[in-house]
Amino acid sequence: MRWVEYIVFLVIVVGLARPVGLYLARVCQRRRTFLDPLLRPIESLLYRLLGVCPEQEMSAGVYLASFLLLGAGCALLLFLLLMFQRWLPGGPADAHLTTPMTADLAANTAVSFTTTTTWQAYAGESTLRYLTQVIGLVAQNFLAGAAGLAVGFAFIRGLARERSATIGNFWVDLTRSLLWVLLPLAFIGSLVLIWQGVPLNMAPYTVVHTLEGRTQIIAQGPVAALEFIKNLGTNGGGFFNANGAHPYANPTPFTNFLGMLAIAVLPASLMITFGHVARRPRAGWLLLMVMVALFIVGLVVCDRAETAPPPQLAGLHLEGGNMEGKEVRFGVGESVLTAVVTANTSTGSYNSMHDSYQPLGVLAPLACMLLGEVVFGGLGTGVYSIIIPALVGVFLGGLMIGRTPEYLGKKITSAETRWIALYALLTPMVVLVLTSVTVVTKAGRAGLVTNSGPRGFTEILFAYASCMANNGQTMAGLSVNSVFYNATTVIAMLAGRYGLAALALALAGRFAARRRLPFTAGTIPDDTLTFGALVFGTILVGAALCFLPALALGPIVEFLRRPW
Amino acid sequence: MSESDEPPETWAAPPPSQAQLREQIRPAILSVLVLTVLTGCVFPLLLLAIAWPLFPRQAGGSLVRRGGAVIGSELIGQEFTRPEYFQSRPSAAGSGYDGTASGGTNLGPNNPKLVNGSSDFAGVRQLAEAYRQRNGLAFDAAIPVDAVTRSASGLDPHISLANALLQVRRVARARGLGEEVVRRLVTDHLERRQLGFLGNPRVSVLELNLALDQMEKKKSEVRSRNSED
Repeated sequence: MRWVEYIVFLVIVVGLARPVGLYLARVCQRRRTFLDPLLRPIESLLYRLLGVCPEQEMSAGVYLASFLLLGAGCALLLFLLLMFQRWLPGGPADAHLTTPMTADLAANTAVSFTTTTTWQAYAGESTLRYLTQVIGLVAQNFLAGAAGLAVGFAFIRGLARERSATIGNFWVDLTRSLLWVLLPLAFIGSLVLIWQGVPLNMAPYTVVHTLEGRTQIIAQGPVAALEFIKNLGTNGGGFFNANGAHPYANPTPFTNFLGMLAIAVLPASLMITFGHVARRPRAGWLLLMVMVALFIVGLVVCDRAETAPPPQLAGLHLEGGNMEGKEVRFGVGESVLTAVVTANTSTGSYNSMHDSYQPLGVLAPLACMLLGEVVFGGLGTGVYSIIIPALVGVFLGGLMIGRTPEYLGKKITSAETRWIALYALLTPMVVLVLTSVTVVTKAGRAGLVTNSGPRGFTEILFAYASCMANNGQTMAGLSVNSVFYNATTVIAMLAGRYGLAALALALAGRFAARRRLPFTAGTIPDDTLTFGALVFGTILVGAALCFLPALALGPIVEFLRRPW
Repeated sequence: MSESDEPPETWAAPPPSQAQLREQIRPAILSVLVLTVLTGCVFPLLLLAIAWPLFPRQAGGSLVRRGGAVIGSELIGQEFTRPEYFQSRPSAAGSGYDGTASGGTNLGPNNPKLVNGSSDFAGVRQLAEAYRQRNGLAFDAAIPVDAVTRSASGLDPHISLANALLQVRRVARARGLGEEVVRRLVTDHLERRQLGFLGNPRVSVLELNLALDQMEKKKSEVRSRNSED
């Protein structure tokens, strides 16, 4: 049955790519949509409030500066809200807020939620006020998601335009992403979640007298306001500690499936948007197919590892796959699907505990994050996280045939190659350096409170891979609410968000200024199976060259050492 | 544009001037504030206004009441230890099914503690032994893995059908009911895959135990009526 689910998922994602992608293209190009009568007045009102002239376009530098300013402003606001949350009215009662909101935790959380990472060094139900979750986190889920989509639009324009000094207006893209995409979808999606059982209330924690006469206290809150946008904006940080595994956050297999679609459909469709706006639809479809192929590889590896009876439990006469840290309503199938979808899309909304996965089961999501979120990817950011590795492939292909490489008729000269190389190296640099520092310092090893050995190493590598990919999921055995981890993960989150976006926008600005050359016999076609294989291979080989040694110390050695 | 006016191939837009950058500060500050109000205040309030009239039970947390008192939530698992009740999965939330401390064990599969336990933690081996003993199973009887592993949330309200069926004999004996009656109750409470393919078939432990209590209450009413006659 789980295979049916996997296949239906992929069919829906690919099937929706064209209609949704063309809609997103209309949003990107400010053309008419069916929502215009409702949204145009709100749009112009917002421009007037913000003091934005929508016709005034920006160069890549100004676009990046605006993106950074918004991020800085949001992080500051969220930081203040977190620091002063104890004066906010409403639940939960102080007695339940057992984790102190220290300055380092507040700063970490502020950066985490404004970079769509939503890495959580705290447990929601024992740390945050309801109003912090709504005014702080829900708002940032929208804003950070929309800002990512805006940068994706700008990158697409950069590739599509010719001899242009500008790549769009950030504030316009931000506003339109919110109004035309995130707000309406999140509203409908949240209502569906509530219908399925996700609570939305401001009530104090419920005191329950159970059937056996015990007292159970159940955390409540405005859960539904967060739980859909966290997926739609590819953020992923949950209301509760157990995130998507908590029955209030994700009560049925249907809500889980819907959440996975909310994560994957927009980033997948953006490939079609890209192809349409750049007037090379087949190039967009090809990249989508590369994504699907990579996705299937990850899914099969993870599925095989988790559905097999755990070898460690052999001899205990148990029946079934690896259910430690998994929920019965999802079973192994929907847990694995969720692990692979969320790991591929910079969304940390796991519904099972990755720390209890088998070695190869955890290798799959870890590798997906280390590849750089190329499969679907984060909302908007996924556009450049697949296209830039594809450009590496173009460059290698150019070397092989001895021609100046070009993509979509745009020449890739040494200046662009420098940005592309920096982009490709930033993730391994940040992840591997931070992992090494953590492994050799006492403060770093102090986080290993649950597991040790190769599993402990994997936990640390996973943490930085997750933060660098702006993913936010965790192997939760690692104890990360310390000054050391709160500081080091912030470095990875900032580099993963603004470092990569700066390089991508710089490239977009350069490409926008370029002419598109006509295709000749010497051009590597960008829409053939050969090119797809080149991109697929470049991505895998590139990541393997960077990360195989690290992976060998973690999941691979653990796999080889398991009892047979 | 004539050929000579064309920018050369290596042309790039000039870096932004300070004035251009300063221009963006105002929209940045305003959009942080205005859009936070829109998405963090207007959106949730609108959602509240529509959700409460439409789905008051779900929005309130799907609470279950018996005789006026709240005895649980449909969605949140609770701990059962008495033999006359079906038992939930082991839990790592707090000291077990703590609704304010969701979470799993996070033990790696090769962590010896997971299988063999420690002084204050029952491993899978101990859990399996206890499960077999409680339900009168042979030492090598196969048991479903969900019965001896802890869920991700620690609040899993469900068990697998196989797990429930293995507990039927114990529950029936403790309550003086026929095994067939209890088994039928279990299969009646089987939740199938949503839309036929989503998720896993499962049984909600709280709902099943409530139904058991209800059935017994009805039976004792009938019995007392009979004895009055």
